[in-house]
Amino acid sequence: MRKTVLSSITALAVSFALPAFAQEKTLTVYTYESFVSDWGPGPKVKEEFEKTCGCKVEWVGVADGVELLTRLKLEGEGTKADIVLGLDTNLITEAKATGLFEAHGLSPEGLTVPGGFSDDTFLPYDYGHFAVVYDTETVKTPPTSLKELVEGDPAQKIVIEDPRTSTPGLGLLLWVKSVYGDKAGEAWGKLKNRVLTVTPGWSEAYGLFTKGEAPMVLSYTTSPAYHVIAEKTERYKAAAFSEGHYVQIEVAGLTRTSDDKDLARQFLTFMTGPDFQSIIPETNWMMPAAKTKDPLPAAFDTLVKPEKTFLVPSDEVAANRKAWIDEWLAVMSAK
Amino acid sequence: MFARAERRTLRVAGGLALGFVLVFAGAATAVLLAHAGGSGAPLFDAYTWRVAQFTLMQATLSTLLSVVLAIPVARALARQRTFPGRVWILRLSVVPLGLPALVAALGIIEIWGRQGVVNDLLRLGGLESPVSVYGLAGILIAHVFFNMPLAARFLLAALDRIPPEYWLTSANLGMGSGATFRLIEWPVIRRVLPGIAGLIFMLCAASFTVVLTLGGGPAATTIEVAIYQALRFDFDPQRAVLLSGLQIAVTGVLIWLLSLFARPPEEGMTAGRDIRRFDGRRRRLSDGLILLVFTLFTAAPLAATLVSGLSADFGRLTLDPLLHRALATSLAISFASGCLSLAIALPIVLVPRLAEMGNAGLATRLMARALPATGSLILLVPPVVVATGWFLMLRTFGETGRFAPVIITVVNALMALPFVVRVLEPAYSTHLTRTARLALSLGVTGMHRLRWIDWPALKKPFLTAFAFAMALSLGDLSAVAIFGAEGFATLPWLLFSRMASYRTADAAGIALILGVICLLLTLPSTAAERPTESPSADA
Repeated sequence: MRKTVLSSITALAVSFALPAFAQEKTLTVYTYESFVSDWGPGPKVKEEFEKTCGCKVEWVGVADGVELLTRLKLEGEGTKADIVLGLDTNLITEAKATGLFEAHGLSPEGLTVPGGFSDDTFLPYDYGHFAVVYDTETVKTPPTSLKELVEGDPAQKIVIEDPRTSTPGLGLLLWVKSVYGDKAGEAWGKLKNRVLTVTPGWSEAYGLFTKGEAPMVLSYTTSPAYHVIAEKTERYKAAAFSEGHYVQIEVAGLTRTSDDKDLARQFLTFMTGPDFQSIIPETNWMMPAAKTKDPLPAAFDTLVKPEKTFLVPSDEVAANRKAWIDEWLAVMSAK
Repeated sequence: MFARAERRTLRVAGGLALGFVLVFAGAATAVLLAHAGGSGAPLFDAYTWRVAQFTLMQATLSTLLSVVLAIPVARALARQRTFPGRVWILRLSVVPLGLPALVAALGIIEIWGRQGVVNDLLRLGGLESPVSVYGLAGILIAHVFFNMPLAARFLLAALDRIPPEYWLTSANLGMGSGATFRLIEWPVIRRVLPGIAGLIFMLCAASFTVVLTLGGGPAATTIEVAIYQALRFDFDPQRAVLLSGLQIAVTGVLIWLLSLFARPPEEGMTAGRDIRRFDGRRRRLSDGLILLVFTLFTAAPLAATLVSGLSADFGRLTLDPLLHRALATSLAISFASGCLSLAIALPIVLVPRLAEMGNAGLATRLMARALPATGSLILLVPPVVVATGWFLMLRTFGETGRFAPVIITVVNALMALPFVVRVLEPAYSTHLTRTARLALSLGVTGMHRLRWIDWPALKKPFLTAFAFAMALSLGDLSAVAIFGAEGFATLPWLLFSRMASYRTADAAGIALILGVICLLLTLPSTAAERPTESPSADA
């Protein structure tokens, strides 16, 4: 008895100590959970890339983009990641400040990201415009501009996310800042009356919205595509705002500590290619950043296509985030 | 109370338990404090003060409401021992613990929200615009929903420990309800109330999702939110630790104040008769009404969760291998953390008894004070802080994902500790008073005593405590968030992952599965709820 216990402990210890006796090369990709979930792009991306790379893709999925950066900061030089996929443009400056990333040195053709985003360290793989998504059964005349949203009927409510804890929340904050500038505080003062509640993350807000608690929610222009394709309903639509929409661009980069940078670069090239890009729309419910093999599904044609795109440069976000959140807090917390 | 060998074992166990908890939580915080990346922002700015004030305010109100409302419910439950569905009312009280806060919040909104049942009824009554609960009202409703059943359950356990002879006597004396309350029930309630109130206060103070989602805006922000903020966007681990310290200090003072009101137990002897409440019959109508309202309040949001869960495609969901894996992981982790929690709780409960013996040494007496305090305040160290600290430590040992199950198990066990102690401590104390001297004089000690004297009488409190601990662990998400590894998923993790990919029906289905498991967990501890031969230490 004791012997079996001992040997199994030894076996366990060995399996802890020697995790990497695999013959194949391994590419470790850090990303957010919904990317690797069975509904997300992860499984298909892994399958496609492994066909050509002669390697094994290993995912590490943390809660979301912000958590991704936190995880990297915690791990520092010791990180196992070859690729970090799933940061958004707002986090780029802070991500670079960790000193853990290396310039990609690639110049992929045919990137179609709005706002002409380009960066020497991070490559985009998809994007989505923030939008107010509304329930057509209760909202007959949706707002056509941010101004109308701000000044509209306070009885018609919207659920938004908290900029202190979520990226969509920060997105709305930057959107209002982009449109209103110094007057952002006043705008929030008016919008506040329409805000039913401020949730910690997107899931909570969207849950309240689909339960019918509020007829509007801050989400993405692509959200209605999910309902059309997966649920066959056109009940939920995104409102097009005349001022333009704030964009969230999701990016990936390779780490300085990666032990197979060629493989990592190969992945980044694959990422901006049609095989990867074709997977994105119907699994990540975002717009592809480059050409797909086939035209997008019909449901994507009916989506709001913003004519103007807002994107506050990452440096500016990093420098002002705290001040802008404080401004938001002061207005939203006032009685 | 204890034989020499038992005392020695207990002292060692106490030392181990205390050491384990302190090292586990202490090492994590120390590592975070030492980690570079502090912003040097002042801790006590206006924001922190406002947040601390709000935390105290909402937690105080939530606790008062939960406890005050629980008293009539517990009294009614104690009186009406044959009330139809009584055992199910008791079982339901565990379910909210095992649901992720978001699921419970959505259930509450189905009842109290703008489009909820209550507003539908008001509209039928002719009210035009819906009544909004978003704000303090929503937070209080949710916290009472979570905690009032818990308080009622603890109070009922206390009332059930009253020697059944008292009821016989009070009936013979013709005592009215008021006199019964004043002379028999209140002294017992008063003994356990500070502990229950303290526990609920901590739970409410550390509330996060409920406060933000139902709070209506950032005016409703708790210290816990600030901690989360410090660990995420701001990435300032030192600030997170300092804020946790603030949370512990503020709440610790309050719990200390509460403990001043605690009274030493006045245990009565019993021959171990069945509990018969002779005052039950004449109060049947009013008690029935109280229990009906209580059940409606508690069960309605759960029923809403059930209804939305039923809309899930269970044919596909139950065949999903990922769900099977998550289920197995969740059950294994919660089982292990339940066991660990009980193991740590036992010395916490018993060492103070040891210290009451005349010849207890200084070390024992110190340990007897430190153990219960550690056991309850641990709830205020945010799991995300502990988990992050351990992540930092473990990253040097290779792939952190491998350690995730272990860390989550321990974090969950520590979270459950205050609950487990609250269940075990009063039951054990009554039991020891009634049996310890006799057992000792008969020379029944050690394993024999555990097997023949303690276990039969304490089986139910143990199983109840275990159910609480497992349920808490099942519903926990906080500790999982930082460790993400391929193929590692728990049920709440899967639930959130489905929600994040728009699969709300799947998420509702998983929530239903979680709820059902929690209900099943309560079966062993309530199986013998019908009259038994020795109801001396029910929980």
